[in-house]
Amino acid sequence: MSQAIAFYFISACILGFAVLVITTKDTVHSVLFLVLDFLFVAALYVLLGAQFLAAIQILVYAGGIVVLYLFVVMLVNLKRPPEAHQDPHRRTNWGLALSVAVLVELGAVGAYSYARPAPALAAAATSAMPVTGNTEQVGWLLYTSYLIPFEIASMLLLVAMIGAIVLAKREL
Amino acid sequence: MITPTHYMLLSAALFMIGVIGVMVRRNIIIIFMSIELILNAVNINLIAFSAQLQNAVGQVFAIFVIAVAAAEAAVGLGIILAFYRNKETVNIDEMNLMRW
Repeated sequence: MSQAIAFYFISACILGFAVLVITTKDTVHSVLFLVLDFLFVAALYVLLGAQFLAAIQILVYAGGIVVLYLFVVMLVNLKRPPEAHQDPHRRTNWGLALSVAVLVELGAVGAYSYARPAPALAAAATSAMPVTGNTEQVGWLLYTSYLIPFEIASMLLLVAMIGAIVLAKREL
Repeated sequence: MITPTHYMLLSAALFMIGVIGVMVRRNIIIIFMSIELILNAVNINLIAFSAQLQNAVGQVFAIFVIAVAAAEAAVGLGIILAFYRNKETVNIDEMNLMRW
């Protein structure tokens, strides 16, 4: 019961702050709402028993990526709001209509799968989570079965870092 | 009782908010933040199934998603800065140099 209350509260906060992120006029406020949204997503991870992911979420997203966004928002000091320029060829209503169509489809899929519950997925689980901690488990998987993807991810981050430096440098 | 369906509906709703942000807003920084929301929706789905199946592989994939999101944010914001230095705008309607 308390889990349900926590879930609904956290979900409401996540969705509410997400709506605020995309509707606020001021970009700085938008970034700050994004921080709050990420923090509530981290709370949801804790609720799901993924404490390591919650810590990563706070460190990488709320601590790193959002600060990057704030830097860029501060660097591009906008003399005129970007929304002021109206492109006559832009079809915002079409974009909204397409989004609503996809939302309806997703709702239909949800209603359909709610009417026919899937066979118990938990029964298909090969092995129950051992009693060791969540971090230990994730680390074990990362450094054994998923070692090569892990190394590729590190290479991707290195390439992205070099690319960002090259892009942001005024003259090379 | 909170079932995976609840988490999937939350994830779908968050995904849709991100998609609407990408489609409707013109400020490219807001569009990048909407993409982060979309990636978070994917992560919620992965971790909900990881908890449901009692299998930590979903969390490993969520870590990869976060790594890709960090790379995307760094490169994308670098592109925004480089573009802003040349054109003094972050409005995607004015970013039509490569439009066919």
